[in-house]
Amino acid sequence: MKEEKSFWRKLNAWINGEEALIHADEYIARREQPKKRQWLKRPNIQEIKSNKGLYWFLCVLISIVFITIMLLVVSNLPTFGDPMDPANNEVMERYLEKGIEETGAINFVAGMILDYRAFDTFGESNVLFLAVICVLMLLKRDKKNISEAEDKEIAEDEMLDAADHKSILKVGAKYLSPLIILYGIYVILNGHLSPGGGFSGGSIIGAGLILYAAANGHKKMQTFFTFKTFTGISVACLLTYCACKSYSFFTGANHVGYAIPKGTPGNILSAGFILPLNICVGLIVAATMYGFYALFTKGDI
Amino acid sequence: MSMEVSTIIQMLLVVFLIASAIGVSVTRNLFIAVIVFMGYSSIMAIIWVFLQSPDLAITEAAVGAGVDSVLFFLTLKKVHALKGTREG
Repeated sequence: MKEEKSFWRKLNAWINGEEALIHADEYIARREQPKKRQWLKRPNIQEIKSNKGLYWFLCVLISIVFITIMLLVVSNLPTFGDPMDPANNEVMERYLEKGIEETGAINFVAGMILDYRAFDTFGESNVLFLAVICVLMLLKRDKKNISEAEDKEIAEDEMLDAADHKSILKVGAKYLSPLIILYGIYVILNGHLSPGGGFSGGSIIGAGLILYAAANGHKKMQTFFTFKTFTGISVACLLTYCACKSYSFFTGANHVGYAIPKGTPGNILSAGFILPLNICVGLIVAATMYGFYALFTKGDI
Repeated sequence: MSMEVSTIIQMLLVVFLIASAIGVSVTRNLFIAVIVFMGYSSIMAIIWVFLQSPDLAITEAAVGAGVDSVLFFLTLKKVHALKGTREG
């Protein structure tokens, strides 16, 4: 009976948020003597040096074990190009025979990753988005993540950038970055017709943006690409992708009741949803690549 | 014994690929390691073309040789591991 009473008392206190008050005395007694922990335990160098032989032995042993496992696995793989491979099954035949008819894409890789397996690509775009969010949490310089040494370094960097007017980098970037970005746009827009597509075109555009930012500095970049642009592009593209794919999932599998016209295979405006999906993926990848660069250099987009 | 030109080029490329892969892991200078890794990615891009997957070749060239090495350099700069620069 007594136990139950104390249990109810505890529960009541917990619900009311007064839990700490019951054990207040104990808590104060404990609080006054915080445990001293030695976070940085200095390694004993003499000890490490005396173990050098052991480390070498373990390194070689672990490497040999892993190399053996890998080579065993590789030797058991089917021969490259063998017609009896497990990869050469009816799925591939279906793709080859009905691919263009069903997806409308000449570049069949695009048809595969953005039509038959569009859900995988959606996951990949989300992984990229997640990665850039993690970098953002770790490296963004806000109120809590600021140090004088870094401020000084960045100020020095900016001074040096402003001081040099016509370096090879600046002149090169002036002529190269528009061409690189244009080529990236070409690769994205022709993703369903020629090799390439959203991911490759997006990383080309990202590389062009990085080149421009490296040559012209962070401030000039911010005239057209700010943090707001970045979040806007990423979120809008992910949502568009999700909406397009949801449409084709919910109207029925295998394009039953699918009202988007396929167009003539070979035209730019063809292949149903593949072109908009390519554009979405490309924009996400470009924004992410540049976002990584900006966060690593200046800690801000 | 006659071999096609493309076979010879592919064998050369594979030799270079293995050489640069070993070079990356053996070299002690991190700057050189990143540069050699860029070379590895470029060779790999050409090999993808020979293996008839131009999609992968474009991606490998843009990501492996371009963006990846920029990120590696930035990380090295961030942890002050580049010798010869202002911070190193």
